[in-house]
Amino acid sequence: MGENPIISLQNIGVSFDGEAVLNHLNLNIRDGEFVTLLGPSGCGKTTTLRIIGGFVRPDEGDVFFNGQRITDLPPHKREVNTIFQKYALFPHLNVYENVAFGMRIHKKSEKEIRKTVHEMLEMVSLSGFERRSVHRLSGGQQQRVAIARALANDPKVLLLDEPLGALDLKLRKDMQVELKRIQQTTGITFIFVTHDQEEALSMSDTVVVMDKGFIQQIGTPQDIYNEPQNAFVADFIGESNILDGVMHEDYLCEFAGRRFPCVDKGFAPHESVDVVIRPEDIDVMPPSEEYLTGTVTNVTFKGVHYEIIVDVKGFKWMIQSTDYQEEGALIGLRIQPDEIHIMKKSEYSGMFGDYSTFSDEMEEDLALSEEVEREE
Amino acid sequence: MKAKAVSAPYLVWMAIFIIVPMLLVAYFAFTDSNGAFTLDNLARVGQYSNVFLRSIWLGALSTAISLLVGYPVAYIISHSSLKRQSVLIMLVMLPMWMNFLLRTYAWMTLLEDSGLINNLLAAVGLPRLHMINTQGAVVVGMVYDYIPFMILPLYSVMSKLDPSVVEAAQDLGADGKRVFLRVTLPLSMPGVISGITMVFVPSVSTFIISKMLGGGGNLMIGDLIDMQFLGSAYNPNLGSAISLVLMVLILICMGIMNEFDDGEAQGGGMML
Amino acid sequence: MKKAVSRVYLTLIYIFLYAPILLLVVFSFNDTDTKSRTVWSGFSLRWYEMLFQDRMLLEALKNTLIIAVCAALGATVLGTVAAIGINSMKGWRKKLVMNITNLPMLNPEIVTGVSLMLLMVFVAGLFGISLGMGSIILAHITFCLPYVILSVLPKLGQMDPHLYEAAQDLGCTPLRSFFKVVMPEIMSGVITGMVMAFTLSLDDFIISYFCSGTTQTLPVYIYSMTKKRVSPEINALSTLLFAVILILLLIINIRQGRMGKKEEKEADV
Repeated sequence: MGENPIISLQNIGVSFDGEAVLNHLNLNIRDGEFVTLLGPSGCGKTTTLRIIGGFVRPDEGDVFFNGQRITDLPPHKREVNTIFQKYALFPHLNVYENVAFGMRIHKKSEKEIRKTVHEMLEMVSLSGFERRSVHRLSGGQQQRVAIARALANDPKVLLLDEPLGALDLKLRKDMQVELKRIQQTTGITFIFVTHDQEEALSMSDTVVVMDKGFIQQIGTPQDIYNEPQNAFVADFIGESNILDGVMHEDYLCEFAGRRFPCVDKGFAPHESVDVVIRPEDIDVMPPSEEYLTGTVTNVTFKGVHYEIIVDVKGFKWMIQSTDYQEEGALIGLRIQPDEIHIMKKSEYSGMFGDYSTFSDEMEEDLALSEEVEREE
Repeated sequence: MKAKAVSAPYLVWMAIFIIVPMLLVAYFAFTDSNGAFTLDNLARVGQYSNVFLRSIWLGALSTAISLLVGYPVAYIISHSSLKRQSVLIMLVMLPMWMNFLLRTYAWMTLLEDSGLINNLLAAVGLPRLHMINTQGAVVVGMVYDYIPFMILPLYSVMSKLDPSVVEAAQDLGADGKRVFLRVTLPLSMPGVISGITMVFVPSVSTFIISKMLGGGGNLMIGDLIDMQFLGSAYNPNLGSAISLVLMVLILICMGIMNEFDDGEAQGGGMML
Repeated sequence: MKKAVSRVYLTLIYIFLYAPILLLVVFSFNDTDTKSRTVWSGFSLRWYEMLFQDRMLLEALKNTLIIAVCAALGATVLGTVAAIGINSMKGWRKKLVMNITNLPMLNPEIVTGVSLMLLMVFVAGLFGISLGMGSIILAHITFCLPYVILSVLPKLGQMDPHLYEAAQDLGCTPLRSFFKVVMPEIMSGVITGMVMAFTLSLDDFIISYFCSGTTQTLPVYIYSMTKKRVSPEINALSTLLFAVILILLLIINIRQGRMGKKEEKEADV
């Protein structure tokens, strides 16, 4: 990976119909990186991608490509290519002609075109499909043609707009591995947009978490998961118990009515903070004075582990444990110092992290309504 | 695509060839031959109330007959085998490809006093009938010319009717008659509405059929307008006033029709 | 029983629809001097001969074809561009434009004809010219436009809006992407619209009648023939027109049948 950014967004602002979609966005992407823009619908991730592709012109700010300003460059003159959400394959052309499209526009020789198309189709495991009409391909195959078509144009950067959204779960997993492999063999910079945190964590070198038109955090998947910067990131990436707390001094915090030793420092004395504890980091112990104690209110079997909701003085915790617990049982919660993560207070404080209204159904409903929104 | 730039030529066209002509009609309707404002033209339209009533009556009658005759046709066609359906509907459309003047002319030769029907009647020893230049002849001509406009939208709605809906009604205990009254008929209403609109509008405003088959004695609104613009009674101001009233009349009729409908009927059976 | 009734009913309707046309055809071959339209006096082709010597008629036919081609082309180009513009509009703007677009279809034809006549006469007066081919073509484009727009719009709606962007992404200029990607997608709608515009223009009498000045189109000429109430020539003309339409429709149907079969075959591979 080079040190100089291949794409640089500087102070980008965009609004549609008077509504701000992106605010003062700054983002540098290094050459050869796999970067994921992650966030809920309406967070501005697709708009960011479209700005890089040249389909949206920002109201303010500039876009740089290898240090050159390309803000006003139309899409057809940019050295980036896009994989569109529903692939946007040309229905009147067969697989071969779809892949050859860009090269024909650039007036490449017929021999070169043939060679490249075969290479590309081989890379996406579609050799032998050249004459196939794109109507008669499965979703996964269409996806592969879209990748081959974009890569045949030899882009410096590939933009992928929720490319796996239309695939079923099994195929999604396969394509995740496939995409990662293609990115590594070609060394092209991938900028990938998704709302699926698992996808983001498993594929990316760098994750950019966005919400409400602002970047919430940029970091490696490990950073994002282990050191979320605010309650939004903590909640959006994985499951979290997020509590109000006070940082009394370095390495000592208080929440749920008790003081805990921790590994964080650098806060003002007695500063109010948000405390994050991941459900899998909590050990279930027999109830005792040493630990937080609470009553089990709900147990769900998840295959790998049980998801246990525990009521501790009115705050509902989520615990993931391989051991079954009886509903109604009194249990102790052991929390080690390095499993406590302290965050500064933010506008998201108090919005997430209590599981008192939690149910699987509700989560599904929310996911569903988000789908519907995206369709619109 | 840059919507504004792309639609600009059409918007200009629309303004010149749709909006300005309408404004011109309104302008002429409210001015006299010297261009001064007047309400006389509109007042004079009142003198022709008998013509208006006759047009509405004949238009409504033709529409009703087309509906009564056409509904069973559409129903029978939509219930035949798919292969036959396309042939049968093609046969309904085919006469429309012949200019309506020729079709109307054909009826002239049939209905004349010395026409084919009368010759046939005479041949079997029955008395001759006077048919040409009557309101009946005008209605027959309009039904003949416009009945495809009734059958096509009806058919397109009926053929898209989900057969499982009918089966569901039967399953719930409705007999053939009730299935028709409670399910098929209400569901085909959008077709009925657009059929009525597509037959009534041209019938009420026709000016050739009435002239050819109705003689001089059965003037309709269209003939009246024709006379003011290209005929002996040249008076474009009065003609514009009549046109304006006709337009408003039809808008009102269509408004009433749309009340019966959820607003879906529009263009239910566009040609082809 | 029910089936028999349906069959008899349909047969009667088709007799009603086709008997007058058949009659016109039969009497176009009538060998008569008296010009009586309904007495059969032997087979002859004399009315067809007369038809082809009728210079007025041939002139009208030529005019009609020129007008139909111009109107169809004009309406197709303008209407396709308009449909693209309308497709990307939203909300009240789109509603307003669509309502005005539909106006010539909903309005009684005679009102459209009269209103266009007022406009043409007004403009012709300004420039000291008279009505003719030009005014008819303009009027025909106007009333054909909604049909083109309404057949192209649904195709645009069905199209993935990203196709246009995808082509640009791969290196096409906006104009080139339109011709390489959008056009093939909406082509069937454009052709349907053009064919409709062509036939509507050929067949139109009312609008031409008001906007033609002294220029005669075929329907206008036919009208003048029916007024004179003469000669089986008009029967001969009807027969020829009907035959042409029949042959055209047969060709279209056979071609469509073939294309359908070809597609089926491809789908089997």
